[in-house]
Amino acid sequence: MSERPLTERIDAAGGFVDGGRYEEMGGYVAARQAVTSMTPQEVCGLVKDANLRGRGGAGFPTGVKWGFVPDVPGRKYLVCNADEMEPGTFKDRYLMENDPHLLVEGMIIAAYAIGADRAYVFLRGEYHESYRALTAAIGEAHANGCLGESVFGTTYALELAVHRSGGRYICGEETALLNALEGKRAQPRTKPPFPPASGAWGRPTIVNNVETLCNVPAIIRRGAEWYQSLGLGEDSGTKIYGVSGRVKRPGLWELPMGTPIREIIEQHAGGMCDGYRLRGLLPGGASTDFLVEEHLDLAMEYGAIQAAGSRMGTGTMILMDDHVCPVDMARNLQHFFAQESCGFCTPCREGLPWVEQLLLDIEEGRGTAEDLELLDHNAAFIGAPGNTFCLHATGAIEPLMSALKYFREDFEAHIREHGCPYRSGPGSAAEADDGAN
Amino acid sequence: MARIEVDGIVFEAREGENLLQACLSQHLDLPYFCWHPSLGSVGACRQCAVIQYDDEEDERGRLVMACMTPVQEGARFSVDAPGAAGFRASVIEWLMENHPHDCPVCEEGGECHLQDMTVMSGHTTRRFHGRKKTWRNQDLGPFIGHEMNRCITCYRCTRFYHDYAGGKDLQAFGSRSRMYFGRTADGVLESEFAGNLVEVCPTGVFTDKPFSQSYSRKWDLGSAPSICPGCAVGCNISPGERFGRLKRIHNRYHGEVNGYFLCDRGRFGSHFVNAENRLRRCGVRVGDEEFQEIEGLEALAVLTDLAGGGNVVGIGSPRASIEDNFALMQLVGEDQFCAGFSSDEAVLNELIVDIYRSGAGRVPTPLEIENSDAVLVLGEDVLNSAPRLALSLRQSVRNESLRLAEGARIPLWQDAGVRGHAQGALSELFSLTVLPTGLDDIAAHVEHLPPEQIARHGHAIAQAVAGVGAEESASGRIAAALKSAKRPLIVSGTGCGDGEVMRAAAAVSSALRHAGSDPALLLTALEVNSLGATLLGGGLGLDEALKRLKNGAADNVIVLENDLYRRADPSLVDAALEASRRNGRVLVADLIETRTTANATHLIPVAAYAETLGTFVNLEGRAQRFYQVFEPRAPVTSAWQWLGEAGRAAGRNDMRWQHFDTVVETCASRPGLEALREVAPGADYRGAGGLRIPRETHRASGRTARNAHIDVHERKTPVDTESPFSFSMEGAQGGAVGSARSAVWAPGWNSNQSVFKFQDEVGGALIGGSSGIRLFEPAHGVPAPSYAMSQTSDEGEGFRLIPLHRIFGSDELSAMSPPVVERGGAAEVVLNRADAGRLGAREGDGIRCDLLSASAALRVDDAMAVGHAGLVVGETFGWLPRGRVVLSRDPDFRSSQELIARE
Ligand SMILES: Cc1cc2nc3c(=O)[nH]c(=O)nc-3n(C[C@H](O)[C@H](O)[C@H](O)COP(=O)(O)O)c2cc1C
Ligand code: SF4
Ligand code: SF4
Ligand code: SF4
Ligand code: FES
Repeated sequence: MSERPLTERIDAAGGFVDGGRYEEMGGYVAARQAVTSMTPQEVCGLVKDANLRGRGGAGFPTGVKWGFVPDVPGRKYLVCNADEMEPGTFKDRYLMENDPHLLVEGMIIAAYAIGADRAYVFLRGEYHESYRALTAAIGEAHANGCLGESVFGTTYALELAVHRSGGRYICGEETALLNALEGKRAQPRTKPPFPPASGAWGRPTIVNNVETLCNVPAIIRRGAEWYQSLGLGEDSGTKIYGVSGRVKRPGLWELPMGTPIREIIEQHAGGMCDGYRLRGLLPGGASTDFLVEEHLDLAMEYGAIQAAGSRMGTGTMILMDDHVCPVDMARNLQHFFAQESCGFCTPCREGLPWVEQLLLDIEEGRGTAEDLELLDHNAAFIGAPGNTFCLHATGAIEPLMSALKYFREDFEAHIREHGCPYRSGPGSAAEADDGAN
Repeated sequence: MARIEVDGIVFEAREGENLLQACLSQHLDLPYFCWHPSLGSVGACRQCAVIQYDDEEDERGRLVMACMTPVQEGARFSVDAPGAAGFRASVIEWLMENHPHDCPVCEEGGECHLQDMTVMSGHTTRRFHGRKKTWRNQDLGPFIGHEMNRCITCYRCTRFYHDYAGGKDLQAFGSRSRMYFGRTADGVLESEFAGNLVEVCPTGVFTDKPFSQSYSRKWDLGSAPSICPGCAVGCNISPGERFGRLKRIHNRYHGEVNGYFLCDRGRFGSHFVNAENRLRRCGVRVGDEEFQEIEGLEALAVLTDLAGGGNVVGIGSPRASIEDNFALMQLVGEDQFCAGFSSDEAVLNELIVDIYRSGAGRVPTPLEIENSDAVLVLGEDVLNSAPRLALSLRQSVRNESLRLAEGARIPLWQDAGVRGHAQGALSELFSLTVLPTGLDDIAAHVEHLPPEQIARHGHAIAQAVAGVGAEESASGRIAAALKSAKRPLIVSGTGCGDGEVMRAAAAVSSALRHAGSDPALLLTALEVNSLGATLLGGGLGLDEALKRLKNGAADNVIVLENDLYRRADPSLVDAALEASRRNGRVLVADLIETRTTANATHLIPVAAYAETLGTFVNLEGRAQRFYQVFEPRAPVTSAWQWLGEAGRAAGRNDMRWQHFDTVVETCASRPGLEALREVAPGADYRGAGGLRIPRETHRASGRTARNAHIDVHERKTPVDTESPFSFSMEGAQGGAVGSARSAVWAPGWNSNQSVFKFQDEVGGALIGGSSGIRLFEPAHGVPAPSYAMSQTSDEGEGFRLIPLHRIFGSDELSAMSPPVVERGGAAEVVLNRADAGRLGAREGDGIRCDLLSASAALRVDDAMAVGHAGLVVGETFGWLPRGRVVLSRDPDFRSSQELIARE
């Protein structure tokens, strides 16, 4: 079996990796090495050479991003995006709950690389277990001289704190996150200025995903070439892939970057449950375009998925089987996205609720051909990048647009038959939701 | 400059400005909501979408928000491209999902930016079938109504109220499609600038409450350019009138004075024009009897009679126009004329003019102070005495933020970016005032001192600027900051009643000039025409005038628009008026009942500012014309007309005035007032096409029917012989003088947003130039004058009284406007805790001033210096004695609340 820099300790420990185990298994060696014997530029260079790409969704090269931090005096911030509210995504939680020191170590190295003396973990509010694990790990790291006034006995000082989110999906968008962190409304910011130039409290700031940062220690320890060699195709390293839906073994696995979708579903997730057929999947969380049968042999890596019209996103896929109504699934997703709109810009704030309403009408048999046109119209105008203030609405429309493309038949059948072919009895689609609104 | 192309039209725009602003400066139509010329861009509404093309080859382009897109040389855009137009229609369609279809009953209807943008964007048919949201509205106090259902979530209100005006109690609540703009709970909006929400909000959420209570459509409001009578800033306003009733005040854009905003004293303080206690009849009385109504001619005869002999004193007023004051001065003779200030205030106002003329500093326009990067406020509670200036000072301290943003290459119009990056960084504002002020929250250094110490501190700063004195002290630090600033500003004024404070301000400014910088120096006066009346002059001080009457040196007095009890020792006024009533006549010409009218023998009702025309001179020395908005009902007449008629009847050759313009002409022959001729267009000016400018709008309704319940014959339209405005809908707006228009209104733009169509460029001067003329300019090239500290002795028992001003209540006329009455507070005496203890008084107890025969409730504030008492100026306290005064606890005092509770 190939190497698994992210989860090997968890597997070895059979679960939670405490501070002692972490150190035993080579913990903090990389951070110590970086802080005591490398320059920040060397660290950045190494991460750039390793071609680590952001695991938060956009896949931006991490070393390149770090390089954007200007060489100016004064405070800089590193912020770990641990908001993880993307439906179907639970990889960051797995890492933080089970191996919190890995994130702490990754953050020490990243903070050192960008010259930050303050670091925050912006943590999803509901992640109580992660919170306990992280605060304990930070305490231990402090006690062991890995954090604080003098990191590893050097003049480098770093404080790390956990901020628990008030709980909005938009807080995961990095600029809304910064506003929330500052105690302001969680609304995204205009770019430029980009966070590396002007982020938290107007200072240079790097925001990275949990999984991204957890990759860093191994890169330092084992080198860029090694890291590159882990990937099967274009992209380097490993990736935590996840599968949810009606498979035999839903879950997540650290696999080489570029593992084919079919392998993930069939080998690791055990294939579809008996009596269920796969109709489509959202490869990287709820805010990515549907892929279908024909895409199953694609490698799960940034370029290949993008070429197929979708996005790698978080790499944690949601499967839709043939018992699920695509219209209802789209409606369920739009309910979520409309609810999570921050309310700043018009197309997202007002457009998504309309989209949800149209989908509800179609699902419940009230839809007309005109409604389907309106759906197309709204999707086109809401979803185009640049039409809305941030990418929330763009992401929201991705599954809808692709559903309209791949499952148009189903939409038309609902309209033709004045009801949902998947539903036997009466009942409101909206009632099936969690009731949160 | 950059050449850009929009739909094939090539034009020049400022490099780096945003495309929306560039298009609007070309007077092109491009819809928007969230952008505001003073608030900048945030990109929230997505209404200003256009297509931007990469290069000549690019045919598809991409959608961008014009307000968020900087223009660059050679950039190519399309507003009309179907992709952009379709998207903009969609934005309206989205906004309309929840917008109530209540235009017919909405106060905004007919001047609604949302209506305009809806029509412009072409969305017509409702396709959304969901339910609309409804909200609970809040009671926001006497000024502002709240109708949240109409909100389109553009964020303008909170951006103005919170970010721009510094208000704390209006916020954006909630998220997604459930955004709510209001307070945490019902309650009076605290900001003194809340009224601007009425115009800032592009829909009918925030409404002018007094206007709603007596509502008319914009198209039914008659108007003419006017000047706010609330204070000496001289903000330009558009009063709206119907059926002889002043309905509301809107901002009238002026690129140098008030820009897009007014204060709430100005917006809501004008309802005195309709007040119950307006003087509407001529009257006479014998002894202590009731006034008997007399004919206008009879009253005129009395006035004529007085004009004849020399046995009369004329007392003018800083709340009357230059022309009205001049007419009285002509009538009684310069040596018998008094400008109507208290004797102390006259000295202070003259000092302003002296300092301005001396060239101690450049006199900035009110809006220009927004550019200052270091500010020293000496003694003046600007927010309460010249409120609009405080809003500008709030912008001036943002220069540090702008500087930081510039360094980070964030366009300055990119409002959220600038604020996020600069984190509220402020330029330095140093505030030395008697008590805490509404600017303390943005000040780098605050001290609360009595006036004489403020003056001393000021002089020390001047010394430090000149290099004398300790650098370590506060004075040294302030001096250093002012010296290193690029555009330092010193603000002071007559508010705290101490000329030494203003002299200290002049000394600082002078010292800065000596040190080679170019300081701006702005001194505030208290009333709308304080400087006009001062410049006009007059040989008599008020105390002297009153003594003449008291001593019988003069038997008759003509008082013009002045309540003498607010200006002089009440016992002296009593004695003077009593003597005059006994020996001759006390003729009071005013627009409203006062204590002075109650002590008259003859009353003449004169027009309020909205009912006549005239010139006011603001605190920068700018003479500005206000025009008649509507005709008062006879016998109410302009003061200059009463006085002129009397002069003519008395056979005075120097008063053969047929028209207002002749009064101006005669007045302009006085030294220093020559420029009056050029202040504004005279009666022979004509607008576009050689036509008169209509006061009524082109959509005024019911012309032939609106008086039909009185008389079915259509009334003959009165002819205005005094101004270029007509009393009808005939004529044309526009012409060479951009400010000579009765309303801003352009095809497709029915709201005040249309003002960009009449500006040279967005936020610039009105086409034809900013109105008004400075009557004097500071001496140039002369060495900076020096102002030394004069010695005052301050010994003795009792308290030194310091006047305190309040935006709502201290100005005489606006304090009679019902909404302001509701918003204002009762009179107060402010004492230090120790002093209060010495008088055995606690917060809320009555404090009596025997000398003034008045009591008011005590407010304890430790910022008040020991041995000093602050008296809130208003109905109770007007004139204050200068020396030390004995105060005592008043056991019989009952606060107005208690009195109300008892009833
Ligand atoms: C609506 C929205 C939600 C997002 N939520 C998350 C999130 O929960 N966690 C995350 O790491 N990134 C999230 N992102 C992406 C972040 O904005 C950002 O790109 C990422 O944190 C950068 O980290 P990386 O470079 O390490 O991937 C979100 C983006 C959008 C537009
Ligand atoms: S698209 Fe607009 S409303 Fe939606 S989350 Fe982003 S900024 Fe907020
Ligand atoms: S209340 Fe008015 S200004 Fe405020 S967000 Fe709503 S529409 Fe905009
Ligand atoms: S600042 Fe003065 S002139 Fe301006 S609106 Fe207020 S009261 Fe009127
Ligand atoms: S005006 Fe440009 S987005 Fe609102």
